[in-house]
Amino acid sequence: MAGSRLLTYKEKNTWIHRLSGVTKMLFFLLWSITGMLTYDTRILIVMLILSFVIFALSRTEWAQVGTVFKFILLFLCLNLLAVYAFSPHQGTIIYGTETVLAFSGRYSLTAEQLFYEFNIMLKYLTVTPVVLMFIVTTNPSEFAASLNKLGISYNVGYAIAIALRYVPDVQADFTKIKHAQEARGIEMSSKTSLWNRLKKMSMIIFPLLFSSMDRIDVVSNAMELRGFGKHKKRTWYMARKLTRNDYLTLAFVVAFAAIALAITFSDGSRFYNPFV
Amino acid sequence: MTPIIEFKNYTFKYRSQTEPTLLDINLSIYPGEKVLIVGPSGSGKSTLAHCINGMVPFSFPGESTGTLTVNGMDPAQTGIFGMSKSVGTVLQDTDGQFIGLTVAEDVAFALENDCVAQEKMFELVDRVAETVDIKRLLEHAPTELSGGQKQRVSMAGVLVDDVDILLFDEPLANLDPATGKRAIDLIDRIHREKKKTVLIIEHRLEDVLYRDVDRIIVIGEGRVVADQKPDDLLVSDVLIREGIREPLYVTALKHAGCQLTAEDKPEHIETMRLERHREKIREWYGKVTLPDPKGEKEPALEILDLDFSYISGNPILANIHFRINRGEMLSIVGKNGAGKSTLSNLICGFLNPDRGKILLNGADIADKSIKERGEVIGLVMQNPNQMISKPMIFDEVALGLTVRGVPEDEVKERVGETLKICGLYPFRNWPISALSFGQKKRVTIASILVMNPSVLILDEPTAGQDYRHYTEIMEFLKELNEKYGITIVMITHDMHLMLEYTDRAIVIADGQLIADDTPANVLTNEQIADRAYLKKTSLYDLAVKCGIEDASGFAERFIYYERQVRENGRLQTADL
Amino acid sequence: MKQKFGIKQVVAIGIGTALFIVLTNAQVPFMIVPNTALQSRVAVLTFFSAIYGPIVGAAIGLIGHALGDALFYGSIWWSWVFPEAIFAIAVGLFSERYKVKAGGFGGKEIVLFNVIQVIGNALAWILAAPVLDIAIYAEPANKVFGQGAFAFLGNIIVAGVLGTLLLLAYSKVGAKSGSLSKED
Repeated sequence: MAGSRLLTYKEKNTWIHRLSGVTKMLFFLLWSITGMLTYDTRILIVMLILSFVIFALSRTEWAQVGTVFKFILLFLCLNLLAVYAFSPHQGTIIYGTETVLAFSGRYSLTAEQLFYEFNIMLKYLTVTPVVLMFIVTTNPSEFAASLNKLGISYNVGYAIAIALRYVPDVQADFTKIKHAQEARGIEMSSKTSLWNRLKKMSMIIFPLLFSSMDRIDVVSNAMELRGFGKHKKRTWYMARKLTRNDYLTLAFVVAFAAIALAITFSDGSRFYNPFV
Repeated sequence: MTPIIEFKNYTFKYRSQTEPTLLDINLSIYPGEKVLIVGPSGSGKSTLAHCINGMVPFSFPGESTGTLTVNGMDPAQTGIFGMSKSVGTVLQDTDGQFIGLTVAEDVAFALENDCVAQEKMFELVDRVAETVDIKRLLEHAPTELSGGQKQRVSMAGVLVDDVDILLFDEPLANLDPATGKRAIDLIDRIHREKKKTVLIIEHRLEDVLYRDVDRIIVIGEGRVVADQKPDDLLVSDVLIREGIREPLYVTALKHAGCQLTAEDKPEHIETMRLERHREKIREWYGKVTLPDPKGEKEPALEILDLDFSYISGNPILANIHFRINRGEMLSIVGKNGAGKSTLSNLICGFLNPDRGKILLNGADIADKSIKERGEVIGLVMQNPNQMISKPMIFDEVALGLTVRGVPEDEVKERVGETLKICGLYPFRNWPISALSFGQKKRVTIASILVMNPSVLILDEPTAGQDYRHYTEIMEFLKELNEKYGITIVMITHDMHLMLEYTDRAIVIADGQLIADDTPANVLTNEQIADRAYLKKTSLYDLAVKCGIEDASGFAERFIYYERQVRENGRLQTADL
Repeated sequence: MKQKFGIKQVVAIGIGTALFIVLTNAQVPFMIVPNTALQSRVAVLTFFSAIYGPIVGAAIGLIGHALGDALFYGSIWWSWVFPEAIFAIAVGLFSERYKVKAGGFGGKEIVLFNVIQVIGNALAWILAAPVLDIAIYAEPANKVFGQGAFAFLGNIIVAGVLGTLLLLAYSKVGAKSGSLSKED
């Protein structure tokens, strides 16, 4: 689709692509949990470097993720500014010292605040490359099969598969409906009042939702006619067996998470404090 | 031989309805037969299919009396899963039936649910993919496939289960004519090679008869009205009585006053015996005289040297150049994906051309917004459910006016007037959900008409409609055109529609305009028809077989005569 | 919950999630505060939760939000994913009481639905999301509670207006045409 900034899977032959979806998902989950829990700057820096190494190894091209990456940076900047605007002394509260670098009064800029916000930035950036890598290197079909292997009900796995299957169709419906409504005189601009915006939103959502309700009936009939839900288990055409690389990757991420968290919490605080 | 499907005194009533949908059905279908089931919408033909695959009573509950046996089982006892081992159903909506993320997964879907081992699946999927010729598509996603290819995937998906009975629910509904022809060919091949019992439910009779069927069963108001060999059925008047369109050549022969018999073998025009009728046809051809063509009119819409591409170097449309005259009724035809929708998107301003101009009433509209264009060029989408955004009819039709700030009194007056034109006035206070599909279509047309556009563009206005509803919608559009002078442009691949209701056809193939001519000329020109995935009309074959050189003139005369018949009832040739 | 979990529920999660993801891209900026906008996807989540109940709703909220974030923004804010499910469960728990499918969604039900959606949104955005933000990202309390309040406001408006209208319209689909008469 032209102009869409949706991230998509792209087939390539690297060892990361060949890993099972289970492995990549567990990696991604453990990695983001670690990234969420720790505020230890040293660990975050190590994670950031590793993230970019993994990203490079997956041979992901800038064109695949560029637009999204720019968006993330913009968002990150806004968020950092918001943190400063709302709570310019959060760093001081956390680290217990106050080293004013510039300005004075409510918005005096402290080294602690800068360091705290630097950590927030690191937290975002360590997770992002892994999410991007996960999406562009994991075949969605194999991903659904993988979930089932993790012991998650195949109903859930298949619901996700259906979602991914119908996103392009729903997107096409959305565009068609939006066009037709615009031709009838509904402009989706943000210039009008709140009430008007809601009304206009409803003029697209109504047809989109009700034609989708018809689709639910058709799809569930089609699935039933072909025996979905007949047995407690099902097999998957796209399933992939775990290989040596999968086990190595899993061992690495489990060990890394354990060590990282152990270091983080060894002194009883999740923050690394260079100020004392 | 024992029948593979047998209905005995079978009656079925849906729980939500007061009257039974199927009444006292007695019907036997034998192993290896290929049977066509026809009937207008609401006749119960789909319900009949649902009884066979177990959707009735499991997905659509209701009560039945009498007996039904399919492959030795009672579907009401065996259930949908049990029946799916015997009956493979290919649904009309190929997008809805395509569940997998890729072709291979979709074909394997039934196997996955049966816990077949992965190795075995690879083998079975490969084999069945070969049968329906989709092997090179196995890794493709549904968005990369055409309608015809999706349908092949659906077929593979049920064949992989090695079922005995194949049930096709309106297989031609979403296909362009040439693709439909290929689908019928494939069904025929599977029937012969795999020795399956095949049931086809369809109202496009002529298109299904492209290949032999053993029997045709006509369903009308829940009963079996006829159960005959095609040759016998075609010479009777059952089809007309039940509101099903006969093959065009049969209608033409009947117009010419020929008394057809089964010995004439009317099932296929290619092999029909016409010796007895040649003279009558030639005589009729000589008698019908065409009115003088309408004089040149002012242009309403001019498309000048239009180019468009999403990615440069990969043109979707190139050098498109044509004009639409005021008061014309015109069709834009071509296979799916040829660029027809892109063209209407350009006209409406959803997309901007790379080169070229669009003039409306002589003025360039390049700097007009989507909204401004919408006031003069109305677009009606194929699926009315994708346009309707208000629960009540009045509000829906008024929408275009209220967002433009038209005063309330005027809105009321204009909406009332439009509803009267569209025959919806008596329903004005109904919720839209209570309307039939055809009525909803009218609501969407009304919601555009209310803005007084000078040009109306309709995307597949009659898709999926049976003959009666098709005629209803088209006669309504014709009235709008004739009485109110609205220029009507229809994007379609329905050959009957272009032939019967439009004066001119713009043919687009692979992004180029390849013909701008009368529909009769387009549909009797093999080269153009092939490139645009259309199908030569059977009138062409009839003319050629009767030794009439001007096949297109013959088609034109037929259409003209048909229009007169529709307006005045069947005429004598002498009256013309 | 008496509702059985069958094929229809699986498909409803799938299609609902697809809608949710597509509409992720179609939000109207509400204020220049990150993560807050008038989100049309909230209407979809509200609608599906009220029709299909808490399991379908929670699944759409979780999967839709996580996938939508990942596909469009390349990051997943878990602290905002889980509250989505909390809201869906709250609305979904009372799905039978709204009587939407039976065609009985009227005055009393509308009030009930709106009380529940406001409570659900409060639990999700004023309580859960900020608390998770503080726990996970150690963000300043006043900032995240501010964000939460904006999200709460935006979402109760969307769920209250669009949600109510959608349910009203869908409730009428079941209305019998037999009770209607033509007028001259």
